[in-house]
Amino acid sequence: MALFGKSKYAPLVHKIFKKKDDIVIKKAVATPVETEKTGFETDKAPEIKVKCKGCGSEISKKEAGKYKICPKCGRYFRISAKERIYITVDKGTFTEFDANMTAANPLNFPEYEEKIAAMQKKTGIKDAVITGRAKIGGCDCVIGAMDSSFIMASMGSVVGEKLTRAFEYGAENKLPTIIFAASGGARMQEGIISLMQMAKTSAAAAKLSDAGQLYISVLTDPTTGGVSASFAMLGDIIIAEPKALIGFAGRRVIEGTIKQKLPDDFQTAEFQLAHGFVDMIVKREDMPKRLAEIIKLHYNKGGKEQ
Amino acid sequence: MKAYDKVKIARLTTRPTALDYINHCFTGFLELHGDRLFADDKAVVGGLAWFNDIPVTVIGIQKGKDLKENMERNFGQAHPEGYRKALRLMKQAEKFHRPAICFVNTSGAYCGVGAEERGQGEAIARNLYELSGLKTPIISIIIGEGGSGGAIALATADRVWMLENSVYAILSPEGFASILWKDGSRAEEAADIMKITVKDLYDLGVIEKVIEEVPGGAGEDFEFTANLIKHNLQEELPVLMAYSPEEIAENRYKRFRAFGVYNE
Repeated sequence: MALFGKSKYAPLVHKIFKKKDDIVIKKAVATPVETEKTGFETDKAPEIKVKCKGCGSEISKKEAGKYKICPKCGRYFRISAKERIYITVDKGTFTEFDANMTAANPLNFPEYEEKIAAMQKKTGIKDAVITGRAKIGGCDCVIGAMDSSFIMASMGSVVGEKLTRAFEYGAENKLPTIIFAASGGARMQEGIISLMQMAKTSAAAAKLSDAGQLYISVLTDPTTGGVSASFAMLGDIIIAEPKALIGFAGRRVIEGTIKQKLPDDFQTAEFQLAHGFVDMIVKREDMPKRLAEIIKLHYNKGGKEQ
Repeated sequence: MKAYDKVKIARLTTRPTALDYINHCFTGFLELHGDRLFADDKAVVGGLAWFNDIPVTVIGIQKGKDLKENMERNFGQAHPEGYRKALRLMKQAEKFHRPAICFVNTSGAYCGVGAEERGQGEAIARNLYELSGLKTPIISIIIGEGGSGGAIALATADRVWMLENSVYAILSPEGFASILWKDGSRAEEAADIMKITVKDLYDLGVIEKVIEEVPGGAGEDFEFTANLIKHNLQEELPVLMAYSPEEIAENRYKRFRAFGVYNE
């Protein structure tokens, strides 16, 4: 290992190489889920009011309707991964992948297990992404949706592994893959292992592409940090929801660097469209129809149904 | 030594830079410029060189040695065009069957208006995507700071090595402390739990090799560390070049595919 004398790191070499020989790549495990009966629908507490980020009005969930839109100003509320899948896929077609995968604690980070347990209790999901197979407008696809209510949908091992398996499933089964991104970036508590998920998911998106399959990335509020610097920006087609925050560095970090205030529209979906980083902005209520239209353009060759 | 002491050494302005190692380990370095899309980012240097009798592509994130050079190099914080230049040169390495060697030394990708307008996220993502399947050997050596996405954009490699006093992390300890505890002054404490030193990263399987430095850091005896880098390249390049282009890409995929710890 070292040129001069013995290296103090030498004894560890075997461990590393042994690990590499033992690599077992696991595949996505599918479990059918009845989307209509397991809380994928949303209106458990329809009277609870939330404040609109756009106009500041207090809006109840019932008033916001199925698509969670502010009736006063038209701004979207952030929605959970379950709600996203519920409003996007055809009824009764969703089969979840890797439903029981949960975070470990690779760095032995203080209080990480407790944080995960508390978030699971609060949100009713195991980690920040739900993946699976479904139909959208009659078209078969792989779908993933991130959930910003779970530690800001930060990407640790679970998010990285579930998305990677989803891409690999799409590659192997020749299916278009649609990922709804929403994330603050890396999962701080998993440190460098979280950084590695950026390379892992990007590599998996490349695998899907090499298999000739379509990847549609849908950027929702917010898509920032490490997620905006990996799989989210790699779609064949990139769609954004209106007014979503999309960018790499945080606004305050940039303002601190340049010592001036940034305009309001900086790092919005509209800003990204103007600068050439998204293909189109699609309203939430139009999304399923538009996704189906795009899938058909890629998979129904010669007018034949899929 | 405490983790934060290593951070301090990694950041020393007297620490040897990418160009120092490039000029020591290779001969006939011919610098190539520009990303063909927007500009030439001086925070990233790259070009062609000889490693003994092997033509190679070399790339480095370049910090300055004084304030004037740091202004020119943007303190080693690359813009999207820097990552795109690096990718352009590595795609050429693939085309002409040359191995690529990257020297990483950055506190992170630049956070600014132009960087956002030109797609800092997309530029890093594209590098991860393309490098993960590049059909030629890539060795990346972290020689100082390995700052997050800005570092892994040049370290999606077959072998990732680190100099003994370098660090590799998701975020600076200052940033980490301010996100987690809303208190940037707790950086020393953050550094301890972040697992950013060579020992930690070696144990986690994130890097394959640690290259030693003399006490006080590589700046105290540049040739000692630079010779070790040269020696290790001499050993490792033939090993990687013996693989077929397809095997190289497949092994690299597996290398990154394996990262992640979870229960199911």
